[in-house]
Amino acid sequence: MSENFAETSLDLVVIGAGPAGLAAAIAARETGISSMLVLERESEPGGILRQCIHNGFGLHRFKEELTGPEYAQRDIDRARELAIPMECGTTVLSVSRDRVITCVSPVSGFRRIRAKAVVLAMGCRERPRGALCTPGTRCAGIYSAGTAQRFVNLEGWMPGRRVVILGSGDIGLIMARRMTLQGAKVLACVEIMPYSSGLNRNIVQCLEDYGIPLYLSHTVTDIRGRERLTGVTVAKVDENRNPIPGTGIDFDCDTLLLSCGLIPENELSQGAGVLLSPATSGAVVSERLETSVPGIFACGNVLHVHDLVDHVSAESTRAGQAAASYIRNGPAPAASRPVLDGSGVRGTVPQQVSTSPEEDVSFMFRPSAVYRNAAAVAVCGGRELARKKAMIFTPGEMAVLTVKKEAFESLPDGEITVSIEQPEGR
Amino acid sequence: MNQAVFSSVPESDPFFSDVLIVGAGITGTALARELSRYEVSVTVLDRGPDVAAGATKANSGIVHAGYDAAPGTKKAYYNVRGAAMYESLCAELCVPFRRCGALVIGFDAADAAVLEDLLARGRRNGVEGLSVISGEEARAMEPALNPDVACALSVPCSAIVSPYELAFALADDAALNGVRFVFSRCAVSAGRDENGWDIGTASGETFRAKVFINCAGAGGADLHNLISSERLSMTHRRGQYYLLDRMTDLPFSRTIFQCPSALGKGVLISPTVHGNLLLGPNAEDVPDPLDTATTAEGLSFVLSRARRTWPQASTRFNITNFAGLRAHLDAGDFVIGRVSGVPGAFEAIGIESPGLSSAPAIAADLAADVATYLKLKKKADIIPFPPRPKPFCEMTDDERASAVRKDPAYGNIICRCETVTEAEIRSAIRRPVGARTVDGVKRRTRAGMGRCQGGFCSPRVAQILSEETGIPLPEITKDGGESRLLCDSVSSFLKGGAEHE
Amino acid sequence: MDNEKKVLTCINCPVGCRMEVTLSPEGAFLSVSGNTCPRGAAYARQECTQPLRTVTAVLPVTGSSVPLSVKTSAPIPKEKIAELMEVLADITVSAPVTLGDVIIPDVLHTGADLVATRSVYTG
Repeated sequence: MSENFAETSLDLVVIGAGPAGLAAAIAARETGISSMLVLERESEPGGILRQCIHNGFGLHRFKEELTGPEYAQRDIDRARELAIPMECGTTVLSVSRDRVITCVSPVSGFRRIRAKAVVLAMGCRERPRGALCTPGTRCAGIYSAGTAQRFVNLEGWMPGRRVVILGSGDIGLIMARRMTLQGAKVLACVEIMPYSSGLNRNIVQCLEDYGIPLYLSHTVTDIRGRERLTGVTVAKVDENRNPIPGTGIDFDCDTLLLSCGLIPENELSQGAGVLLSPATSGAVVSERLETSVPGIFACGNVLHVHDLVDHVSAESTRAGQAAASYIRNGPAPAASRPVLDGSGVRGTVPQQVSTSPEEDVSFMFRPSAVYRNAAAVAVCGGRELARKKAMIFTPGEMAVLTVKKEAFESLPDGEITVSIEQPEGR
Repeated sequence: MNQAVFSSVPESDPFFSDVLIVGAGITGTALARELSRYEVSVTVLDRGPDVAAGATKANSGIVHAGYDAAPGTKKAYYNVRGAAMYESLCAELCVPFRRCGALVIGFDAADAAVLEDLLARGRRNGVEGLSVISGEEARAMEPALNPDVACALSVPCSAIVSPYELAFALADDAALNGVRFVFSRCAVSAGRDENGWDIGTASGETFRAKVFINCAGAGGADLHNLISSERLSMTHRRGQYYLLDRMTDLPFSRTIFQCPSALGKGVLISPTVHGNLLLGPNAEDVPDPLDTATTAEGLSFVLSRARRTWPQASTRFNITNFAGLRAHLDAGDFVIGRVSGVPGAFEAIGIESPGLSSAPAIAADLAADVATYLKLKKKADIIPFPPRPKPFCEMTDDERASAVRKDPAYGNIICRCETVTEAEIRSAIRRPVGARTVDGVKRRTRAGMGRCQGGFCSPRVAQILSEETGIPLPEITKDGGESRLLCDSVSSFLKGGAEHE
Repeated sequence: MDNEKKVLTCINCPVGCRMEVTLSPEGAFLSVSGNTCPRGAAYARQECTQPLRTVTAVLPVTGSSVPLSVKTSAPIPKEKIAELMEVLADITVSAPVTLGDVIIPDVLHTGADLVATRSVYTG
C-alpha cells in the first residue's frame, strides 16, 4: 500500500456543523460517545444560521425568539462545553457504503476516516434559474436569495439597487425586507402558485410592512440585460402554471433574486448508496433516522427541507441518539413497515417504521395544497393511529402528526398511510 | 492600456505587431498558435472580455465526422481534415476530448433515403467507418431511443470536445510563445497605407499591423465589408440549448442527430465531455448579432423536437439554458484565405458548423498562407505547452493527498458541485491568458457549472479573483463590461440613501 | 358610525394566526378573535395602537471582514425603522465584539438597545 495519507478510525463522524449536525453530535456525546468528529466546510460552525441574521428562531425550543446566529451559538457553546471534536474548513469528498469517509482541508490535508456510524447533516442548496428554464439573457445580477443573503450578511456587500424577487418562500420574503432595510428598492415579490409558500408572519413583516406588492399566480417570463440585468417581465399564469399571453408587466430592475425551492444536498449520500425518496429528495429513513445503509443516519434539511429550526434540532437529537445506540448495541431490527403519502400529503418522513418503536413517532410531511379546518390522520389496516385537526394546512408549513408508541402495539402488518381529511359538506 | 494585456513577451510598442488577428474564438486562437511557431509578432483583439466570448462558448461541442457538408465545399474539406487533427491536439493541450460516436436516426423511408445520401456524401468527403444500420441495431446501441426509430447512420468517428477549454489552451500556448491578447476591443475601422493596416477600435485606440486577419465570428461580414468592395452578407442564426445535470447513467452514450429534413437540421442530444447532457439547438435568424437570449418559444421547440429522439426527455434535471449565434454567410460556405483584391488582408469567416471541427485545419492552412506572404521563418525554439495537472475532481485519493501536501490550496474546495479547489482557481487566473471574470474562472475550471450554478461558490470565486488581480471586489464582473456582481459595500450603500432609485 | 373589523396576521410565532379585530369608530382597539394564545391577543392590541417591530441588520466591523449582525433587544415602533437605519448607516464597530454586547443603548429613545447577535473576533 503506497498511500501517503492518514487513516483513522472513529466511532462517529457527523458531516455538517449547522443546527442539525450540532444537535446530533451533542446528543451522541451526551449518551457518552467520545470517539467522534464533526466536519464542517465553512470556516465556522453554525451552518446556514450564520447568515440568517433575522429573528424568529427557537420559539418552541427555547421559548424565546432568537436570531439565527444566536440560536446557533447555543449549540456551538454546548458543543464546546462538551469538548466535541470539530474541524472547520474541511470538505468531505466521499462517503462509502461501509462508512469510510474521505475529506480534505488546507490545514489537515487529505484524510480517510473509518467510522462505525455516520450522521449526514449537509443541509440543502437552492434551485437555480436553470431548473425553471426562465428565458432571457444570462446577465449579472441574478442570484439565488441565499447567495444574496450571504453577500449582504456575511460579506457586507449589496448585490444591487432595484430588486425583483421570484418566489415567495421564506428566504425570498426575508431578503425582500433585508434588501429594503439596507436601502435597496424591492419592486415586487412574484409567486407562481396562488398562495405563498412562506410563513404568514413573513408576508406581513417583510412585504406588507414595506409596501412590497405580492403577485400571486405570476412568474418571470423574460430577463433582459446584456451585461447586467436591466429588467424582467412578469406575467400571470393559468391553472397549469403556464404564462397567459398579454398579461406581462415590465419591471426596471438590476437584481433578480430567486427563491424557488430548496433541494437537499445528497451527492455524498448517493455515493454511499443511500436510497433517496423522490418526494423529499432526501434519504428514506426509519423513525430512528437510519437510512437504507446500516449505520448511516440523516437529519435536518438534508433529509427533508424544514421550516422551523426547532424541528431540525429535535429530529437531529434523535438521529444522534440513534447513531450512539448503533455504535454501542449494533444494528436495531429492520424497520419494515412502510409509510405512504395518502391524499393531500407529500414527503412523509420517516418513510419506514419499526414494528415496535421505542418512542412516540412524529410523522412530518408537507400538505400538497391548502386545506382549512381539516385533519391529518395516520391509518394502518383500517385502524386510526392518530388524528390532528388544524385550522389550516398549507404547503408552506411542514405539518407534524405524532403517533403514540402504544398505538403500534399489536398492529397488523401493512403500511401506514398519512393523509389529510377534508371536512365534509363545508 | 487600461485593460489587462496577456503576453509573455514584453513589447516596446503595444499597438504595433506584424500580424493583427481580430477574433479570439476557436478560429483566431488556433491561428494564433500556428503563427506563434514563426518568427513574427502577433496581436489578437477581441471585443469580448475573454477568449471564446462568442459562438465558441455556446455550441454543441461536437467534432463532426464530415458527412454533412456538401462535397467540394470548404466546409467538407476542412471538416474532415480538422477532425483528424483533434485527438492529438487535445492530448497535447490536455483538453477533454472523447470519441463517443454518433447516430443519425431516421423514422421512415424518406429518412432512409436521406441517410443513404449522407453515407454517400460522407464517403466522398473521406469519412471512414460509416454504415447504415437498422432501428433494432440502433436501439441495441442506445436503448433510450424512440422505439419508432427505423434506421440510423452509424458514425463511429464522431467526437465531443470542450470547445472553450480548447480555445483557452490554444490561447495559452500562443501567449506562451509571444502572442499578445487584448480584450474588450471592438474593431470598427480599417485603413491601409503602404506600411500596412490601421485598425481602429470603438475605444478610440489604433492597432497597426502589416497583415490583418479577420476571424471575427459574428462580426466577420461587417469587418470584411469595411475593407472589401465585394460585400458579404451574413445572417446570425441563433441556437438555444438545455444543459442537463451530470448523471452516472446518462440516457445516451453517443451523440444522437436527427435526420436533416424539410423542417431543418434537427435537434440533437449529446453527452458532453464532462458528463452532462445537451439538448438543442434550434435555428432562428435574429437581427442583432449580440442577441443570445433564450426564448420560451425556442426552448419549447427544442424540447418537443428532442422528444422525437428521446420520448422521456424532461427538463426536470435541467441546470441551465444558453444560446449561441451561428455566423452564417448567405453564400453558405466558409470564406477562407486572402481577401481578394486587398493586399495584406486574410480572413476565415462564416465559420458556422462544422467550424469547431474545422478550426485546426483552417488555422494550419491560413498560417502557412500568411507565412508565405510575409516570408516568415520558423522559430528554432518553441516553449512547449506545460502539461496541465489532472483536475482534483479526477484524482485518486493518493493523488489528492500529494496535491494538498504540496499546495494546501488544493485542500480548500471552492466549488462543491464540481469539486474544484482554490489551487485550480488561482491557477486559472495565473495562466498565460488567465481568467479575469467569474465566467472566465467558470469556463476554465468548471467552478459554477454544477447543479447549484454558482450559488455556493461565486462569492468565493469573486473574492479570489479580487485577491489575484488586484481588482476591487465591487468591480469584479461576471463576464466583462458592466456585468458587475455587486454594487457597493453595505455601509456605503446605506449612506448613499435616496440616490439608489 | 359602526365598529370596524380588520383582519390581522399575528407575527409573534411561525403559526401566524389569522385574527379578526374589532375597532371602535374612532379606531380604538375593542376586541380580537382567532388568536390561539394570549400573546396573539396582546399583539393584536399593540398592532392596532402602535405597531412594533424587532429590527435586525448588519454593521461593518473594523478588524474583521465579517460584518456584525445586530438586533433591537425589544420591538420598536414601526415608524422609527427608517430613522434607525439612518443612524446605523454611520456606525462602524470595532472588533472584538461579544454576542449580547450593547452597541447603542436605548436606541432612538425607544427603551430598546441595539445588541450584537454574534461575537466577532479580531483577525
